[in-house]
Amino acid sequence: MKVLHTTSYNLLTIALQGELDECCAKTVRSELDSIFATENYNAVVFDLSMLEFMDSTGIGVLLGRYKTLASQNRPVYITSPNTNVDKVLKMSGIYSIMTRIDR
Amino acid sequence: MNNINNSMTMRIKALSVNESFARSAVAAFCVQLNPSIEEIGDIKIAVSEAVTNCIVHAYGYGEGEMSITVELYDNTVAITIQDFGKGIEDVDKAMQPFYTSSPEDERSGMGFTVMNAFMDKLEVISESGQGTSVYMEKIVGKEAEVKC
Repeated sequence: MKVLHTTSYNLLTIALQGELDECCAKTVRSELDSIFATENYNAVVFDLSMLEFMDSTGIGVLLGRYKTLASQNRPVYITSPNTNVDKVLKMSGIYSIMTRIDR
Repeated sequence: MNNINNSMTMRIKALSVNESFARSAVAAFCVQLNPSIEEIGDIKIAVSEAVTNCIVHAYGYGEGEMSITVELYDNTVAITIQDFGKGIEDVDKAMQPFYTSSPEDERSGMGFTVMNAFMDKLEVISESGQGTSVYMEKIVGKEAEVKC
């Protein structure tokens, strides 16, 4: 599991690459939190195009990050999940708080 | 339709590094029934949820083993995931969407909800101190309706 990030025009894009489950959740959480603490941005996009698998542990990770970002008035978006990842995101209702944008 | 009757059982340590192996092994075994890519994805996530429950809840990240049995009947995959851990006191409560016994760990409380939505049948048998057995079925090889 890899966490990649780029910032441009105050938009922080986080690309998750690999499989997000219980095994790497802790590492991913702390990597994300340290990126959030060091970058300059006012909105976040999770680019899931390279995320091959995610289960409800991943939903927990995204929701946890959302809570922090929302409290700082930073909107969070999701882009390009594969069919199976999209299905679990839909089921969780996460799109009602993190808008899906596709580029 | 296929008419294979086949089964496999594996017993593995309840370690999170085994999660990916467990869901991939189950998925690979199910390929005999010609499931669609989406159906394989559904099975993988359901297995991942059950295995996560074993690691996080049944054994609380401690020592333990889980047993995973997969049976193939005609067009149906039946999966039993059993642990020998602490068990669930109130199964109905545990199965409620968004219920989690450990909210401080940022758990979504969606595990059983995901299993229920992505599989066609879900039965959970558990008793405090007696371990938990999760039985799931999925009909594959057709565009099975997703209940979500």
